[in-house]
Amino acid sequence: MNKDDSKANKKVEKRTIDIVHQGLAKRYRAEGRFKFYGLAAIVMSLLCLAILFISIVGNGYKAFRQTYVELEVFFDPAILDHENLSAANYSGLVKSTLRKMFPEVKGRSEKRELYKLVSPGAAFQLRKMVLKDPEIIGRSISVWVPADDDVDMLIKGYFSTDAAENARRLSDKQLAWIEQLREQGKVKKKFNTTFFTAGDSREPELAGIWGAAVGSFFALLVTLLLSFPIGVAAAVYLEEFAPKNRWTDLIEVNINNLAAVPSIVFGLLGLAVFLNFFGFPRSAPLVGGMVLSLMTLPIIIIASRAALQSVPPSIREGALGVGASKMQMVVHHVLPLALPGMLTGTIIGMARALGETAPLLMIGMVAFIVDIPRGFTDPATVLPVQIYLWADSPERAFVERTSAAIMVLLAFLMLMNAAAIVLRKKFEKRW
Amino acid sequence: MSPATILTVLLIFSSVAYYLGRKRAFAVAGKAGGIRYLHSRPTYYGALTALWCGIPALLLFGLWLALEDKIITNLVVSGLPEAIRTLPENRLNLVVNDIKNLVNGNVVAGAVTATIQEAAVHYRNLKATSNAALAVGVFSLGIVATAVIRSKISSTLRARNLVEQLIEYFLIACSCLAILTTIGIILSVLFEAIRFFKAVPLTDFLFGLEWSPQMAIRADQVGSSGAFGAIPVLSGTLMISAIAMLVAVPIGLMSAIYLAEYANRRFRDIAKPLLEILAGIPTVVYGFFAAITVAPFVRRLGFTLGLDVSSESALAAGLVMGIMIIPFVSSLSDDVINAVPQALRDGAYSLGATRSETIKQVVLPAALPGIVGSILLAVSRAIGETMIVVMAAGLAANLTLNPFKTVTTVTVQIVTLLIGDQEFDSPKTLAAFALGLLLFVVTLLLNVIALHVVRRYREQYE
Repeated sequence: MNKDDSKANKKVEKRTIDIVHQGLAKRYRAEGRFKFYGLAAIVMSLLCLAILFISIVGNGYKAFRQTYVELEVFFDPAILDHENLSAANYSGLVKSTLRKMFPEVKGRSEKRELYKLVSPGAAFQLRKMVLKDPEIIGRSISVWVPADDDVDMLIKGYFSTDAAENARRLSDKQLAWIEQLREQGKVKKKFNTTFFTAGDSREPELAGIWGAAVGSFFALLVTLLLSFPIGVAAAVYLEEFAPKNRWTDLIEVNINNLAAVPSIVFGLLGLAVFLNFFGFPRSAPLVGGMVLSLMTLPIIIIASRAALQSVPPSIREGALGVGASKMQMVVHHVLPLALPGMLTGTIIGMARALGETAPLLMIGMVAFIVDIPRGFTDPATVLPVQIYLWADSPERAFVERTSAAIMVLLAFLMLMNAAAIVLRKKFEKRW
Repeated sequence: MSPATILTVLLIFSSVAYYLGRKRAFAVAGKAGGIRYLHSRPTYYGALTALWCGIPALLLFGLWLALEDKIITNLVVSGLPEAIRTLPENRLNLVVNDIKNLVNGNVVAGAVTATIQEAAVHYRNLKATSNAALAVGVFSLGIVATAVIRSKISSTLRARNLVEQLIEYFLIACSCLAILTTIGIILSVLFEAIRFFKAVPLTDFLFGLEWSPQMAIRADQVGSSGAFGAIPVLSGTLMISAIAMLVAVPIGLMSAIYLAEYANRRFRDIAKPLLEILAGIPTVVYGFFAAITVAPFVRRLGFTLGLDVSSESALAAGLVMGIMIIPFVSSLSDDVINAVPQALRDGAYSLGATRSETIKQVVLPAALPGIVGSILLAVSRAIGETMIVVMAAGLAANLTLNPFKTVTTVTVQIVTLLIGDQEFDSPKTLAAFALGLLLFVVTLLLNVIALHVVRRYREQYE
């Protein structure tokens, strides 16, 4: 009986520890698995980031170089009428030059194929040369002109020449001519300055991002001028002056909600209020900036309030103690200390505004605009919208340019965020 | 004088007023026996004078500019011959536009007749008169106000309090802008939506199963009667958001758990900013990525598996949107998990729980409200996301549950209905505002609930 009892006791004791030990390996395995899932999740999201960047850079890095064709242009006085140089037939000049380079080309359709090798921009380039220096008329000068986008794509290796002739953008004859030009050393890839200096164009080889960049600059300037002072003022009021009551509660809830309202709704607001009610011009950076500033305001207010909260109360009490009024305390002591934090928040808000597209589509900033905007009310587009427009274009060459424009946009964003980080690191104070 | 010059001159006037006020304060102080006998420091008297000079003049300036155009146009129209004045309203508007274009030197649409030429000259004269009157009005108001306040400056004038009061009013006005924006959004969307619901009954919109917003412009056109049932659009939105959440919630949550509970400081310092880059990339870039890289990949993958995948499948858009939302889920959940008191964890460890058991059975249940809040915020973000779906999802409003097919979303429809020229009397354009109202209400509800939940959760542990 006794023996049995102690046996049973022993058994029970052994069983508890046994259960623990038995389960332990399994539990450790579960632990390992769980930890692995966590790491895998992070690796996976970083992998997505890497794929995104690789795909953009891989698609776009070639856009920074553009294929040029060398033409031996004879500035024929017969074509270039001295009376009216700006209206002369420059495309005829390009065509006659091409015909001279390939004398064997006969027949209308063949000639038309030949003309397609160089960009329509070549005529503008010659016109610019002549207008700048009319002395060159009558002389022969070798000029590098941009090649057509199809030729550019071929040289960059995006077209396979194995496809059947009618399935290609370039015919066999055109390929032979290009080959001939290459052997003569008359085809070269050069740095694509057009991409950084031109406005939009229907021809990929003539399209650039400068117009969009200037539009972005104007819009962001309006945004900054409106949202920074208003945002800081609102934050100061809410943090330093506002009594705690239902009204200020309402304002707070409102600001938090506005930060999460879909951006396109702000576009609807801009369309209905700024364009239809107040009659502001469509497509203008002014209106774009106003809509963007409504969107960035909550971001700036929230960041500024955080910055104000981080200023210790002792500073306020010290200022009040030596007889400053509340306003003097805020303006002379609290604001300077909170300013770096506010600026950081503002830069981050500006970066958000720079990348924003959807609300600007609503207020007509998607128009096709060739000219570089010169003011706040000129029709303009902005960088992200330009990216959207190019992404919609069917030409293969625009894929490349879209990716390049994205790279430029991302570079700007990184610059802004880096500035914010530097600012924060430099002025961060632990009280 | 152009409005810009008037403003500049007004600015100069104000600065002059500042010095006048300050000088006056010094003079008054001299009589009273020194600056210490003034109520405020002299600069406050200067600032008060400058504000008195600037603010009423600015108000007049704004009011004038707002009303000027209407009054001049009415005067010009009343000066037109009887035959033109009695034209129907839209024809009359064309004539007025012609006159304005002529004045501004733009290209004129209609023929320039002598009457229009005359009217343009009339318009220009009126405009010049008005500008001159505005300049005189603004400047004299500024001068009068300066003179009045200058005469009031005395050693007992509480200049600092007055200036600070004005500044505080400005601060209050700025903080009320948030409420104004919300009201603006609600009103602008609501007004157009009500006009839409006059043409299309609310029940048809909310419960209709067909969406084809093309309207016949003329009555005799065939085939495009327009159907405004929002169900297919809503189902598409929900499907893409659901796919996005299926990607973002597990990955985001697990990343947050790893970062908060397992990672050492160095790993955290590197991985967290990298993850946040994902949130900083503009959505148009994600849209391009979805359209150029992910959609063809999904299509090819489906093809090898023997599935029929549309090139604008919901799957591609949803996957990319999921990637975009990962950081929203992860950083918010990370905060929430970090806010769980260490004592709870220590208790679990002391009972012999492993780390993962502690997380699963103690930390996550404690953090659940916060996590739910962050997921709700992410859902609202997914529903309102525009560019990814505009570029990678389709336009066809299919009522389907098949993620390989094309579906459309609320935001895509708003964009397509409103890009380009709009006529604000057609239900087609107004439908966009109805969808906008729907979008705003749904996201607002999600946000309010989520913010409330997160707030309550924070208070619980503070």
